[in-house]
Amino acid sequence: MRDWRFWFAEQRGTLLAVAIFVVMFAVYIVNHPAIANNGFTVATLSNVGQTAANKGVLLAFVAMAQALVVITAGIDLSVGMTFTLTNCLASWIVVGDPLSTALGVVGVLAAGALCGAINGAIVIFGRLQPIVTTIATGAIYYGVALLLRPFPGGSVNGDLADLLTGKVFDVFPASLIVLALVVLVVWVPFSRSVTGRAAYAVGSSEVAAYMSGVPVRRAKFVAYTLAGLLASIGGLFLTFFTYTGEAALASGNTYTLFSIAAVVLGGVSLFGGRGSAIGAIFGALAFRTIGDLLFVFNLDPLWQPLFQGVVLMIAVSLGAFGLFRVRNRLEWFG
Amino acid sequence: MSETAHEGSGWTSRLPPFIRRMDPAVVTAFACIVVLLLLGSLYSRNFLSLEYLLQQLKVASFLGVIATGMMLVILIGQIDLSVPWVVTTGAMMASFASSFGTAGVILGIPFGILCGVLLGLLNGLGVAYLRIPSMIITLATNAVAQGLMVVYSGGFSPKDTASAPMRYLATGFLIPGLPNAVIVWAIIGALAVFLLARTTFGRSIYGIGNRERAAYLSGINTRRIVMTTFAISGGLAAVGGILLAGYASKAAQSMGDAYLLPSIAAVVLGGTSILGGRGTYLGTVAGVILITLLQSILSVMQMPEAGRQIVYGVVIVAMMLLYGRERLVRQ
Repeated sequence: MRDWRFWFAEQRGTLLAVAIFVVMFAVYIVNHPAIANNGFTVATLSNVGQTAANKGVLLAFVAMAQALVVITAGIDLSVGMTFTLTNCLASWIVVGDPLSTALGVVGVLAAGALCGAINGAIVIFGRLQPIVTTIATGAIYYGVALLLRPFPGGSVNGDLADLLTGKVFDVFPASLIVLALVVLVVWVPFSRSVTGRAAYAVGSSEVAAYMSGVPVRRAKFVAYTLAGLLASIGGLFLTFFTYTGEAALASGNTYTLFSIAAVVLGGVSLFGGRGSAIGAIFGALAFRTIGDLLFVFNLDPLWQPLFQGVVLMIAVSLGAFGLFRVRNRLEWFG
Repeated sequence: MSETAHEGSGWTSRLPPFIRRMDPAVVTAFACIVVLLLLGSLYSRNFLSLEYLLQQLKVASFLGVIATGMMLVILIGQIDLSVPWVVTTGAMMASFASSFGTAGVILGIPFGILCGVLLGLLNGLGVAYLRIPSMIITLATNAVAQGLMVVYSGGFSPKDTASAPMRYLATGFLIPGLPNAVIVWAIIGALAVFLLARTTFGRSIYGIGNRERAAYLSGINTRRIVMTTFAISGGLAAVGGILLAGYASKAAQSMGDAYLLPSIAAVVLGGTSILGGRGTYLGTVAGVILITLLQSILSVMQMPEAGRQIVYGVVIVAMMLLYGRERLVRQ
């Protein structure tokens, strides 16, 4: 009984994110024009699901990346640029026969991990604040992306792209399966390892973690590197969806900002040490669904940014209810 | 452990006192400006001409006004990510009001600033009273401002041409030779220096930035000050937008995007700690000029955008490594 309560307390943010997503997605599905016209058939549901999943997983990967860094009480403002850079890189090297495509995928992932590792190295050994570091490295990564793709273009291995963005057995979106695989291969081992626990400890209090002999540097370095890796998986998927690479400043910045929003919706504390990448994924999916809700209600798309903004503002203000539980005013100051 | 802040006391003790008292970050930033100008003058003699320098100051004043607000917010240990669309809102609303006859033209600029202040108040309410992390509430405000402006400019044909007073404010010459935008920045800068150094409000800002809890326990109404600071930042972002619109003679949707990261970079390059509580306005001035000059010199050298971005990022990292390092955890 007690174990169950501890688990619930630890996962509250994640569960809330799941709940928000389920409610939003239910509203979305029920009102979707394709379903209103055809009824609840497997084919329509899987079509709607595929479109929604393909849009959602991009942000989900970037949000996962952001979550890893935020857990260590850092922030990665270069995550959108890593995403853009790897998109441009993938449009060059993920082409040709299966072997060179595979090598290309490895190359893209390595490039992403390298971007993350550079951030981590500067934050750890340069002792700069993460926010400043990643603003600067973000500019660098965007510059490299522009070098690779001064103009939108390039191509990608079409078979692989169709396989990963299509449907498994004509029913289930393949991108969701890849997302689940990435969670199993990257997040689950990380969060259960000593390094992962150390990342949480560093996020709670770096000094206390250091005093307790926790591997502070390794935890931070691994978190930043994995963040770069996850962002590059997102970049890879963007290439699979669009078949091109584009060094778009606006899109990179949008993904960075949305990833922060998704992480917060997903119950990851920006002060560090609390939350999970799973929560961030559901935060991202919920955030995307919010953006698409207006579409199903058939309103003027002009209102979409305002609607998204207002919903975001309400969602983040909900956190203020915690203030009612404050018994001592000093708790205001965290 | 405080020695790290005053390292190398051996040779600095021989310097004149006014230099010794200066923040090493500010000195480094100004030194870099001089180096940049000298490097530029090797490339072309025009870099040292008064005309070019005044032109750069004019371009810098837009960033300078916006960075002033950003600096105040960073000093209290928060951050304002709503700058892009508050800048745009200020510019668009000022142009909008100017379409209503003479009264509108007169009240256009105050109205634009008022809109910025209101958005800033929204940020401030969220941060100070609802205790939402500034990074996320300002992001939400940015999204709301963007939504409002998209609806405004898409719903009916927007009046986006800058009015005559706005153009005069940005490009006119009240004092021959000195662009008005520079004068606006100088006035705002002087007010900021006065505010920070000579008023209770300013000292409270530093206090809150160091430790809000301690400031609260010393009887400072920290919540009101945090909220006011965000409102000022919003207002200044709107002023920046109005100047920009006057300079370009129209307000455009994405005009503010290019000012978020440079304004943060300018503040931290000027030696203000991103954690708050430490920094001087002179440093921010140095940071703003440094960034403007860097961008200008790279574009005069016809470096492609890609190279400019890379150099820009490398310079920020390199300069921060010179003087912006945190203390070791074990200290």
